Amino acid sequence: MAFLKIRNLSKHFIQQDKKELEVLKDINLEINNKEFVTLIGPSGCGKSTLLNILAGLITPDTGKVLLNNRIIPGPGKDRVMVFQEAALFPWLTVIENVMFGLKINNIDKNTAYEKALKQLKAVHLANFKDSLPHQLSGGMKQRVAIARALVMDPDILLMDEPFGALDEQTRLILQKELIDIWLDTQKTIIFVTHNIREAVKLSDRIVVLGTNPGYIIDEIKIDLPHPRERENPYLVKLENRILKLLQNQMNTVGVYDEAVYA
Amino acid sequence: MMKQFMLRVAFILFIIVVWQILFILNIWPEFLFPSPLMVANTLSDGFKDGTFIQAIGASFRRLLLGYLISIIFGTLLGILIASNKIIEEMIGPFILALQSIPSIVWLPLALLWFSLGETAIISVVVLGGTWNMVINSSTGIKNVQPILIRAAQTMGINKIQLFWKVILPASIPHLITGMRLSWAFSWRALMAGELIGSGDGLGQILMWGRDMGNMSLVISVILLIGSIGYLTDNFIFKKFEDKVLNRWGLDVK
Ligand SMILES: Nc1ncnc2c1ncn2[C@@H]1O[C@H](COP(=O)(O)OP(=O)(O)OP(=O)(O)O)[C@@H](O)[C@H]1O
Ligand SMILES: [Mg+2]
Repeated sequence: MAFLKIRNLSKHFIQQDKKELEVLKDINLEINNKEFVTLIGPSGCGKSTLLNILAGLITPDTGKVLLNNRIIPGPGKDRVMVFQEAALFPWLTVIENVMFGLKINNIDKNTAYEKALKQLKAVHLANFKDSLPHQLSGGMKQRVAIARALVMDPDILLMDEPFGALDEQTRLILQKELIDIWLDTQKTIIFVTHNIREAVKLSDRIVVLGTNPGYIIDEIKIDLPHPRERENPYLVKLENRILKLLQNQMNTVGVYDEAVYA
Repeated sequence: MMKQFMLRVAFILFIIVVWQILFILNIWPEFLFPSPLMVANTLSDGFKDGTFIQAIGASFRRLLLGYLISIIFGTLLGILIASNKIIEEMIGPFILALQSIPSIVWLPLALLWFSLGETAIISVVVLGGTWNMVINSSTGIKNVQPILIRAAQTMGINKIQLFWKVILPASIPHLITGMRLSWAFSWRALMAGELIGSGDGLGQILMWGRDMGNMSLVISVILLIGSIGYLTDNFIFKKFEDKVLNRWGLDVK
Protein backbone atom coordinates (compact mmCIF):
# COMPACT_ATOMS: atom_id res chain seq x y z
CA MET A 1 0.00 0.00 0.00
CA ALA A 2 1.77 3.08 -1.21
CA PHE A 3 1.36 6.12 0.92
CA LEU A 4 2.30 8.78 -1.63
CA LYS A 5 1.45 8.15 -5.26
CA ILE A 6 2.68 10.21 -8.17
CA ARG A 7 0.69 9.49 -11.28
CA ASN A 8 1.56 10.51 -14.87
CA LEU A 9 3.05 13.78 -13.76
CA SER A 10 4.22 16.24 -16.42
CA LYS A 11 5.35 19.81 -16.16
CA HIS A 12 6.69 22.41 -18.58
CA PHE A 13 7.92 25.95 -18.09
CA ILE A 14 7.91 28.86 -20.49
CA GLN A 15 11.48 30.07 -20.81
CA GLN A 16 12.64 33.67 -21.05
CA ASP A 17 12.75 33.36 -24.85
CA LYS A 18 9.08 32.19 -24.83
CA LYS A 19 10.10 28.66 -25.75
CA GLU A 20 8.50 25.77 -23.94
CA LEU A 21 10.77 23.67 -21.80
CA GLU A 22 9.50 20.23 -20.92
CA VAL A 23 10.90 19.58 -17.46
CA LEU A 24 9.11 16.46 -16.25
CA LYS A 25 7.51 13.88 -18.48
CA ASP A 26 5.12 11.22 -17.33
CA ILE A 27 6.59 10.58 -13.90
CA ASN A 28 5.12 7.64 -11.99
CA LEU A 29 6.39 6.91 -8.53
CA GLU A 30 5.06 5.35 -5.36
CA ILE A 31 6.54 6.04 -1.98
CA ASN A 32 5.83 4.06 1.15
CA ASN A 33 5.20 5.34 4.61
CA LYS A 34 8.43 5.80 6.60
CA GLU A 35 10.52 5.31 3.50
CA PHE A 36 13.69 7.31 2.85
CA VAL A 37 13.70 7.97 -0.90
CA THR A 38 16.43 9.93 -2.67
CA LEU A 39 16.10 11.60 -6.05
CA ILE A 40 19.36 11.88 -7.93
CA GLY A 41 19.98 13.15 -11.44
CA PRO A 42 21.82 15.68 -13.56
CA SER A 43 21.41 19.36 -12.87
CA GLY A 44 18.28 20.75 -14.47
CA CYS A 45 16.49 17.42 -14.76
CA GLY A 46 13.61 18.67 -12.64
CA LYS A 47 14.35 17.36 -9.14
CA SER A 48 13.49 20.64 -7.44
CA THR A 49 10.46 21.02 -9.65
CA LEU A 50 9.22 17.56 -8.65
CA LEU A 51 9.80 18.32 -4.97
CA ASN A 52 8.00 21.65 -5.29
CA ILE A 53 5.05 19.87 -6.88
CA LEU A 54 4.96 17.39 -4.00
CA ALA A 55 5.06 20.34 -1.58
CA GLY A 56 2.15 21.89 -3.45
CA LEU A 57 4.13 25.03 -4.28
CA ILE A 58 3.88 24.35 -8.03
CA THR A 59 0.93 22.77 -9.86
CA PRO A 60 1.68 20.14 -12.49
CA ASP A 61 0.35 20.37 -16.07
CA THR A 62 -1.03 16.87 -16.04
CA GLY A 63 -1.10 14.01 -13.59
CA LYS A 64 -1.72 14.03 -9.90
CA VAL A 65 -0.19 13.53 -6.50
CA LEU A 66 -2.13 11.42 -4.03
CA LEU A 67 -1.37 11.33 -0.34
CA ASN A 68 -3.31 8.56 1.43
CA ASN A 69 -5.40 8.34 -1.74
CA ARG A 70 -6.36 11.99 -1.59
CA ILE A 71 -5.18 14.59 -4.07
CA ILE A 72 -2.94 17.13 -2.33
CA PRO A 73 -4.71 20.47 -2.29
CA GLY A 74 -1.71 22.84 -2.25
CA PRO A 75 0.97 23.54 0.30
CA GLY A 76 0.27 21.99 3.69
CA LYS A 77 1.97 21.36 6.98
CA ASP A 78 1.78 17.59 6.41
CA ARG A 79 4.56 18.04 3.80
CA VAL A 80 7.22 20.44 5.00
CA MET A 81 10.14 21.37 2.79
CA VAL A 82 13.77 22.09 3.69
CA PHE A 83 15.59 24.14 1.07
CA GLN A 84 19.20 24.22 -0.02
CA GLU A 85 19.56 27.74 1.38
CA ALA A 86 18.27 27.48 4.93
CA ALA A 87 15.64 30.20 4.22
CA LEU A 88 15.43 31.23 7.87
CA PHE A 89 13.57 34.42 8.75
CA PRO A 90 16.40 36.86 9.47
CA TRP A 91 14.41 39.00 11.90
CA LEU A 92 13.56 36.09 14.19
CA THR A 93 15.87 34.40 16.66
CA VAL A 94 16.71 30.73 16.23
CA ILE A 95 13.97 29.55 18.57
CA GLU A 96 11.44 31.99 17.12
CA ASN A 97 12.21 30.56 13.69
CA VAL A 98 11.51 27.06 14.95
CA MET A 99 8.31 28.24 16.66
CA PHE A 100 7.09 30.03 13.53
CA GLY A 101 5.23 27.13 11.94
CA LEU A 102 3.60 26.16 15.22
CA LYS A 103 2.41 29.68 15.94
CA ILE A 104 0.84 30.21 12.53
CA ASN A 105 -1.04 26.99 13.17
CA ASN A 106 -2.46 28.46 16.38
CA ILE A 107 -0.45 26.45 18.86
CA ASP A 108 -0.15 28.44 22.07
CA LYS A 109 3.10 30.16 22.80
CA ASN A 110 4.27 28.06 25.75
CA THR A 111 3.64 24.75 24.05
CA ALA A 112 5.33 26.04 20.91
CA TYR A 113 8.34 27.17 22.93
CA GLU A 114 8.69 23.81 24.68
CA LYS A 115 8.42 21.87 21.42
CA ALA A 116 10.86 24.16 19.66
CA LEU A 117 13.39 23.87 22.46
CA LYS A 118 13.13 20.10 22.43
CA GLN A 119 13.66 20.06 18.68
CA LEU A 120 16.65 22.39 18.97
CA LYS A 121 18.18 20.03 21.51
CA ALA A 122 17.74 17.21 19.00
CA VAL A 123 19.86 19.11 16.48
CA HIS A 124 22.32 20.21 19.19
CA LEU A 125 21.55 23.90 18.98
CA ALA A 126 19.76 24.62 22.24
CA ASN A 127 22.62 26.88 23.32
CA PHE A 128 22.05 29.09 20.31
CA LYS A 129 18.32 29.48 20.74
CA ASP A 130 18.52 33.26 21.16
CA SER A 131 21.02 33.87 18.36
CA LEU A 132 20.01 35.47 15.11
CA PRO A 133 20.38 33.52 11.85
CA HIS A 134 23.17 35.74 10.53
CA GLN A 135 25.23 34.86 13.58
CA LEU A 136 25.24 31.15 12.67
CA SER A 137 27.46 29.12 10.36
CA GLY A 138 25.99 27.48 7.26
CA GLY A 139 25.76 24.08 8.95
CA MET A 140 24.04 25.55 11.99
CA LYS A 141 21.54 27.39 9.82
CA GLN A 142 20.73 24.17 8.02
CA ARG A 143 20.18 22.45 11.37
CA VAL A 144 17.75 25.18 12.38
CA ALA A 145 15.92 24.74 9.08
CA ILE A 146 15.65 21.01 9.73
CA ALA A 147 14.43 21.62 13.27
CA ARG A 148 11.89 24.14 11.96
CA ALA A 149 10.54 21.48 9.59
CA LEU A 150 10.63 18.59 12.07
CA VAL A 151 8.86 20.48 14.82
CA MET A 152 5.78 20.59 12.59
CA ASP A 153 5.71 16.81 12.86
CA PRO A 154 4.91 16.44 9.13
CA ASP A 155 4.04 13.13 7.55
CA ILE A 156 6.57 13.83 4.83
CA LEU A 157 9.81 15.74 4.97
CA LEU A 158 10.88 17.12 1.60
CA MET A 159 14.57 17.98 1.46
CA ASP A 160 16.05 19.75 -1.55
CA GLU A 161 19.84 19.37 -1.39
CA PRO A 162 19.81 20.38 2.26
CA PHE A 163 23.52 19.71 2.68
CA GLY A 164 24.57 20.88 -0.76
CA ALA A 165 26.25 24.08 0.41
CA LEU A 166 28.15 22.51 3.32
CA ASP A 167 31.71 21.31 3.69
CA GLU A 168 32.39 17.56 3.81
CA GLN A 169 32.86 17.37 7.61
CA THR A 170 29.65 19.19 8.42
CA ARG A 171 27.86 17.19 5.77
CA LEU A 172 28.91 13.90 7.40
CA ILE A 173 27.79 15.06 10.82
CA LEU A 174 24.42 16.26 9.57
CA GLN A 175 23.90 13.03 7.60
CA LYS A 176 24.35 11.07 10.80
CA GLU A 177 22.02 13.40 12.70
CA LEU A 178 19.40 13.11 9.97
CA ILE A 179 19.54 9.30 10.03
CA ASP A 180 19.24 9.31 13.83
CA ILE A 181 16.24 11.58 13.64
CA TRP A 182 14.70 9.51 10.87
CA LEU A 183 15.16 6.22 12.80
CA ASP A 184 13.74 7.97 15.84
CA THR A 185 10.70 9.66 14.30
CA GLN A 186 9.96 7.27 11.43
CA LYS A 187 9.15 10.04 8.98
CA THR A 188 8.83 9.62 5.27
CA ILE A 189 11.72 11.54 3.74
CA ILE A 190 12.09 12.52 0.11
CA PHE A 191 15.60 13.76 -0.35
CA VAL A 192 17.36 15.38 -3.30
CA THR A 193 21.12 15.30 -3.73
CA HIS A 194 23.87 15.48 -6.32
CA ASN A 195 26.12 13.40 -4.14
CA ILE A 196 25.99 9.67 -5.00
CA ARG A 197 27.79 8.64 -1.82
CA GLU A 198 25.27 10.59 0.25
CA ALA A 199 22.44 8.88 -1.60
CA VAL A 200 23.65 5.32 -0.98
CA LYS A 201 24.50 6.09 2.61
CA LEU A 202 21.08 7.44 3.54
CA SER A 203 18.39 5.94 1.38
CA ASP A 204 16.09 2.94 1.37
CA ARG A 205 15.59 3.60 -2.31
CA ILE A 206 17.29 5.74 -4.90
CA VAL A 207 15.38 7.10 -7.86
CA VAL A 208 17.75 7.93 -10.70
CA LEU A 209 16.41 10.60 -13.02
CA GLY A 210 17.37 11.34 -16.59
CA THR A 211 17.01 14.68 -18.22
CA ASN A 212 15.48 16.56 -21.14
CA PRO A 213 12.75 16.03 -20.14
CA GLY A 214 13.11 14.54 -16.66
CA TYR A 215 12.07 10.89 -16.45
CA ILE A 216 12.86 7.95 -14.18
CA ILE A 217 15.78 5.86 -15.48
CA ASP A 218 16.00 3.37 -12.66
CA GLU A 219 15.09 2.70 -9.06
CA ILE A 220 17.56 1.05 -6.72
CA LYS A 221 16.55 -0.47 -3.41
CA ILE A 222 19.08 -0.64 -0.60
CA ASP A 223 18.28 -3.06 2.20
CA LEU A 224 21.08 -2.30 4.64
CA PRO A 225 20.75 -1.33 8.28
CA HIS A 226 22.16 1.93 9.67
CA PRO A 227 24.80 3.05 10.38
CA ARG A 228 26.29 2.17 7.02
CA GLU A 229 30.02 1.95 6.55
CA ARG A 230 31.15 4.03 3.61
CA GLU A 231 33.65 1.29 2.61
CA ASN A 232 30.96 -1.39 2.47
CA PRO A 233 31.72 -3.14 -0.87
CA TYR A 234 28.07 -3.44 -1.72
CA LEU A 235 27.60 0.31 -1.37
CA VAL A 236 30.73 1.01 -3.38
CA LYS A 237 29.35 -1.20 -6.13
CA LEU A 238 26.05 0.65 -6.03
CA GLU A 239 27.85 3.96 -6.20
CA ASN A 240 29.61 2.82 -9.36
CA ARG A 241 26.39 1.59 -10.88
CA ILE A 242 24.65 4.91 -10.28
CA LEU A 243 27.68 6.79 -11.55
CA LYS A 244 27.50 4.78 -14.79
CA LEU A 245 23.80 5.51 -15.19
CA LEU A 246 24.41 9.21 -14.72
CA GLN A 247 27.44 9.19 -17.00
CA ASN A 248 25.43 7.53 -19.75
CA GLN A 249 22.87 10.20 -19.21
CA MET A 250 25.49 12.92 -19.57
CA ASN A 251 26.83 11.27 -22.69
CA THR A 252 23.50 10.96 -24.39
CA VAL A 253 22.70 14.52 -23.50
CA GLY A 254 26.13 15.57 -24.77
CA VAL A 255 25.67 13.70 -28.06
CA TYR A 256 22.19 15.11 -28.38
CA ASP A 257 23.49 18.62 -27.86
CA GLU A 258 26.24 18.13 -30.42
CA ALA A 259 23.78 16.78 -32.94
CA VAL A 260 21.57 19.79 -32.40
CA TYR A 261 24.26 22.43 -32.44
CA ALA A 262 26.58 20.90 -35.11
CA MET B 1 34.49 58.23 18.05
CA MET B 2 36.31 60.78 20.21
CA LYS B 3 38.68 61.62 17.38
CA GLN B 4 35.76 62.18 15.02
CA PHE B 5 34.20 64.51 17.55
CA MET B 6 37.41 66.48 18.05
CA LEU B 7 37.83 66.87 14.29
CA ARG B 8 34.36 68.31 14.00
CA VAL B 9 34.86 70.70 16.90
CA ALA B 10 38.13 71.82 15.34
CA PHE B 11 36.33 72.50 12.07
CA ILE B 12 33.64 74.57 13.79
CA LEU B 13 36.30 76.59 15.62
CA PHE B 14 38.07 77.17 12.32
CA ILE B 15 34.87 78.47 10.71
CA ILE B 16 34.25 80.79 13.66
CA VAL B 17 37.78 82.15 13.52
CA VAL B 18 37.56 82.84 9.76
CA TRP B 19 34.15 84.39 10.29
CA GLN B 20 35.50 86.64 13.04
CA ILE B 21 38.46 87.70 10.90
CA LEU B 22 36.13 88.59 8.01
CA PHE B 23 34.02 90.57 10.44
CA ILE B 24 37.05 92.49 11.78
CA LEU B 25 38.21 93.25 8.23
CA ASN B 26 34.89 95.08 7.94
CA ILE B 27 34.28 94.25 4.26
CA TRP B 28 30.50 94.29 4.57
CA PRO B 29 28.34 96.51 6.78
CA GLU B 30 27.56 95.08 10.19
CA PHE B 31 23.81 94.74 9.59
CA LEU B 32 24.54 92.45 6.61
CA PHE B 33 27.40 90.54 8.20
CA PRO B 34 27.10 90.16 11.99
CA SER B 35 29.90 88.74 14.13
CA PRO B 36 29.77 85.24 15.65
CA LEU B 37 29.19 86.81 19.05
CA MET B 38 26.18 88.79 17.82
CA VAL B 39 24.63 85.63 16.43
CA ALA B 40 25.39 83.78 19.65
CA ASN B 41 23.64 86.54 21.60
CA THR B 42 20.61 86.42 19.35
CA LEU B 43 20.46 82.66 19.81
CA SER B 44 20.66 82.79 23.57
CA ASP B 45 18.15 85.67 23.74
CA GLY B 46 15.80 83.77 21.47
CA PHE B 47 15.93 80.73 23.75
CA LYS B 48 15.68 82.82 26.92
CA ASP B 49 12.58 84.74 25.91
CA GLY B 50 11.01 81.56 24.58
CA THR B 51 10.57 82.65 20.94
CA PHE B 52 12.67 79.84 19.55
CA ILE B 53 11.20 77.17 21.78
CA GLN B 54 7.73 78.27 20.77
CA ALA B 55 8.69 78.37 17.10
CA ILE B 56 10.29 74.93 17.21
CA GLY B 57 7.19 73.63 18.97
CA ALA B 58 4.90 75.11 16.33
CA SER B 59 7.03 73.76 13.50
CA PHE B 60 7.22 70.29 15.01
CA ARG B 61 3.47 70.12 15.50
CA ARG B 62 2.94 70.70 11.77
CA LEU B 63 5.83 68.45 10.87
CA LEU B 64 4.68 65.50 12.94
CA LEU B 65 1.13 65.73 11.68
CA GLY B 66 2.16 66.02 8.03
CA TYR B 67 4.85 63.38 8.40
CA LEU B 68 2.54 60.89 10.04
CA ILE B 69 -0.03 61.31 7.29
CA SER B 70 2.60 60.88 4.58
CA ILE B 71 4.08 57.78 6.21
CA ILE B 72 0.73 56.06 6.61
CA PHE B 73 -0.65 57.09 3.25
CA GLY B 74 2.66 56.39 1.50
CA THR B 75 2.98 52.92 3.00
CA LEU B 76 -0.58 51.98 2.13
CA LEU B 77 -0.16 53.17 -1.43
CA GLY B 78 3.18 51.33 -1.65
CA ILE B 79 1.56 48.09 -0.51
CA LEU B 80 -1.20 48.54 -3.07
CA ILE B 81 1.31 49.11 -5.86
CA ALA B 82 3.48 46.17 -4.83
CA SER B 83 0.58 43.77 -4.67
CA ASN B 84 -1.16 44.69 -7.90
CA LYS B 85 0.66 44.61 -11.22
CA ILE B 86 -1.99 46.62 -13.04
CA ILE B 87 -2.04 49.40 -10.47
CA GLU B 88 1.74 49.47 -10.54
CA GLU B 89 1.85 49.85 -14.29
CA MET B 90 -0.88 52.45 -14.13
CA ILE B 91 0.52 54.77 -11.47
CA GLY B 92 4.15 53.71 -10.89
CA PRO B 93 5.72 56.25 -13.29
CA PHE B 94 3.57 59.06 -11.91
CA ILE B 95 4.83 58.40 -8.40
CA LEU B 96 8.39 58.79 -9.67
CA ALA B 97 7.42 62.01 -11.41
CA LEU B 98 5.74 63.36 -8.29
CA GLN B 99 8.80 62.47 -6.20
CA SER B 100 10.97 64.58 -8.49
CA ILE B 101 8.88 67.73 -7.89
CA PRO B 102 10.48 69.99 -5.24
CA SER B 103 7.88 70.51 -2.53
CA ILE B 104 8.00 74.31 -2.76
CA VAL B 105 6.39 73.96 -6.17
CA TRP B 106 3.22 72.77 -4.46
CA LEU B 107 3.01 75.92 -2.38
CA PRO B 108 1.13 78.20 -4.79
CA LEU B 109 -1.40 75.44 -5.31
CA ALA B 110 -1.80 74.81 -1.60
CA LEU B 111 -2.16 78.53 -0.90
CA LEU B 112 -4.88 78.91 -3.53
CA TRP B 113 -6.80 75.91 -2.27
CA PHE B 114 -6.41 76.30 1.46
CA SER B 115 -5.39 79.99 1.75
CA LEU B 116 -2.70 81.13 4.14
CA GLY B 117 -3.22 78.65 6.96
CA GLU B 118 -2.13 75.53 8.73
CA THR B 119 -3.79 73.28 6.18
CA ALA B 120 -1.76 74.75 3.34
CA ILE B 121 1.55 74.16 5.13
CA ILE B 122 0.67 70.69 6.33
CA SER B 123 -0.48 69.63 2.90
CA VAL B 124 2.87 70.74 1.49
CA VAL B 125 4.60 68.65 4.16
CA VAL B 126 2.46 65.66 3.22
CA LEU B 127 3.24 66.11 -0.47
CA GLY B 128 6.92 66.38 0.41
CA GLY B 129 7.10 63.11 2.36
CA THR B 130 4.60 60.79 0.72
CA TRP B 131 6.10 59.82 -2.63
CA ASN B 132 9.40 58.67 -1.26
CA MET B 133 7.53 56.49 1.22
CA VAL B 134 5.46 54.96 -1.59
CA ILE B 135 8.61 54.11 -3.52
CA ASN B 136 10.47 52.64 -0.55
CA SER B 137 7.60 50.56 0.79
CA SER B 138 6.69 49.10 -2.58
CA THR B 139 10.34 48.32 -3.29
CA GLY B 140 10.64 46.64 0.10
CA ILE B 141 7.62 44.45 -0.49
CA LYS B 142 8.58 43.52 -4.03
CA ASN B 143 12.07 42.53 -2.89
CA VAL B 144 11.03 40.01 -0.26
CA GLN B 145 12.97 36.84 -1.03
CA PRO B 146 10.61 34.34 -2.70
CA ILE B 147 12.27 31.50 -0.78
CA LEU B 148 11.07 32.98 2.53
CA ILE B 149 7.54 33.03 1.18
CA ARG B 150 7.81 29.43 -0.01
CA ALA B 151 9.29 28.33 3.31
CA ALA B 152 6.33 29.85 5.12
CA GLN B 153 3.88 28.31 2.66
CA THR B 154 5.16 24.80 3.22
CA MET B 155 4.45 25.30 6.92
CA GLY B 156 0.82 25.94 6.04
CA ILE B 157 0.60 29.73 6.28
CA ASN B 158 -2.51 31.52 5.00
CA LYS B 159 -2.60 34.69 2.90
CA ILE B 160 -3.27 37.12 5.74
CA GLN B 161 -0.59 35.62 7.98
CA LEU B 162 1.80 35.62 5.04
CA PHE B 163 1.44 39.38 4.76
CA TRP B 164 1.72 40.20 8.47
CA LYS B 165 4.27 37.59 9.51
CA VAL B 166 6.55 37.36 6.49
CA ILE B 167 6.12 40.06 3.85
CA LEU B 168 5.80 43.01 6.21
CA PRO B 169 8.65 42.11 8.59
CA ALA B 170 10.87 41.15 5.66
CA SER B 171 10.41 44.63 4.19
CA ILE B 172 11.01 46.55 7.41
CA PRO B 173 14.58 47.57 6.47
CA HIS B 174 13.20 49.32 3.38
CA LEU B 175 10.36 50.83 5.37
CA ILE B 176 12.77 52.29 7.94
CA THR B 177 14.93 53.79 5.22
CA GLY B 178 11.81 55.23 3.65
CA MET B 179 10.72 56.73 6.97
CA ARG B 180 14.13 58.30 7.46
CA LEU B 181 14.23 59.85 4.01
CA SER B 182 10.63 61.00 4.24
CA TRP B 183 11.42 62.76 7.49
CA ALA B 184 14.14 64.74 5.73
CA PHE B 185 11.84 65.52 2.81
CA SER B 186 9.03 66.57 5.14
CA TRP B 187 11.37 68.81 7.12
CA ARG B 188 12.46 70.62 3.96
CA ALA B 189 8.91 70.90 2.73
CA LEU B 190 7.87 72.34 6.08
CA MET B 191 10.51 75.06 5.93
CA ALA B 192 9.50 75.94 2.39
CA GLY B 193 5.87 76.08 3.47
CA GLU B 194 6.53 78.20 6.53
CA LEU B 195 8.51 80.79 4.59
CA ILE B 196 5.40 81.87 2.80
CA GLY B 197 2.61 80.68 4.99
CA SER B 198 1.55 82.48 8.14
CA GLY B 199 1.95 81.52 11.79
CA ASP B 200 4.73 81.19 14.28
CA GLY B 201 7.10 78.45 13.07
CA LEU B 202 10.84 78.59 12.50
CA GLY B 203 10.43 79.42 8.83
CA GLN B 204 8.20 82.33 9.68
CA ILE B 205 10.71 83.71 12.16
CA LEU B 206 13.27 83.46 9.40
CA MET B 207 11.10 85.57 7.09
CA TRP B 208 10.38 87.97 9.91
CA GLY B 209 14.14 88.40 10.42
CA ARG B 210 14.46 89.25 6.76
CA ASP B 211 11.63 91.78 6.91
CA MET B 212 13.22 93.45 9.94
CA GLY B 213 16.66 93.40 8.28
CA ASN B 214 17.89 91.39 11.28
CA MET B 215 20.67 89.31 9.75
CA SER B 216 21.72 87.95 13.12
CA LEU B 217 18.27 86.44 13.55
CA VAL B 218 18.28 85.04 10.03
CA ILE B 219 21.59 83.28 10.62
CA SER B 220 20.45 82.00 14.00
CA VAL B 221 17.36 80.41 12.51
CA ILE B 222 19.34 78.87 9.66
CA LEU B 223 21.68 77.34 12.23
CA LEU B 224 18.71 76.02 14.17
CA ILE B 225 17.09 74.48 11.11
CA GLY B 226 20.30 72.75 10.14
CA SER B 227 21.00 71.49 13.64
CA ILE B 228 17.51 70.14 14.19
CA GLY B 229 17.58 68.36 10.84
CA TYR B 230 20.94 66.81 11.63
CA LEU B 231 20.17 65.87 15.21
CA THR B 232 16.86 64.17 14.47
CA ASP B 233 18.35 62.26 11.57
CA ASN B 234 21.50 61.22 13.35
CA PHE B 235 20.23 60.54 16.85
CA ILE B 236 16.78 59.19 16.15
CA PHE B 237 16.50 57.79 12.64
CA LYS B 238 20.06 56.69 12.05
CA LYS B 239 20.20 54.90 15.41
CA PHE B 240 16.91 53.18 14.72
CA GLU B 241 17.95 52.21 11.21
CA ASP B 242 21.28 50.82 12.43
CA LYS B 243 19.46 48.74 15.03
CA VAL B 244 17.13 47.27 12.44
CA LEU B 245 19.85 46.57 9.89
CA ASN B 246 21.88 44.92 12.61
CA ARG B 247 19.00 42.71 13.67
CA TRP B 248 18.25 41.76 10.09
CA GLY B 249 21.95 40.96 9.57
CA LEU B 250 22.19 43.56 6.82
CA ASP B 251 24.81 45.88 8.28
CA VAL B 252 28.00 45.79 6.27
CA LYS B 253 30.85 45.72 8.76
N1 LIG C 1 9.90 28.97 -12.70
C1 LIG C 1 10.58 28.53 -13.76
N2 LIG C 1 10.45 29.13 -14.96
C2 LIG C 1 11.12 28.68 -16.04
N3 LIG C 1 11.95 27.64 -16.02
C3 LIG C 1 12.12 26.99 -14.86
C4 LIG C 1 11.45 27.40 -13.67
N4 LIG C 1 11.82 26.58 -12.66
C5 LIG C 1 12.68 25.70 -13.20
N5 LIG C 1 12.86 25.93 -14.52
C6 LIG C 1 13.69 25.15 -15.43
O1 LIG C 1 13.34 23.81 -15.29
C7 LIG C 1 14.47 22.97 -15.33
C8 LIG C 1 14.48 22.09 -14.10
O2 LIG C 1 14.72 22.88 -12.97
P1 LIG C 1 14.92 22.25 -11.53
O3 LIG C 1 15.24 23.37 -10.63
O4 LIG C 1 13.76 21.42 -11.19
O5 LIG C 1 16.20 21.34 -11.76
P2 LIG C 1 17.02 20.48 -10.70
O6 LIG C 1 16.98 19.07 -11.15
O7 LIG C 1 16.55 20.77 -9.34
O8 LIG C 1 18.48 21.05 -10.93
P3 LIG C 1 19.63 21.27 -9.84
O9 LIG C 1 20.18 19.93 -9.55
O10 LIG C 1 20.62 22.12 -10.56
O11 LIG C 1 19.02 21.92 -8.65
C9 LIG C 1 15.66 23.87 -15.47
O12 LIG C 1 16.07 23.88 -16.81
C10 LIG C 1 15.16 25.21 -15.06
O13 LIG C 1 15.81 26.21 -15.80
MG1 LIG D 1 17.38 21.81 -7.66
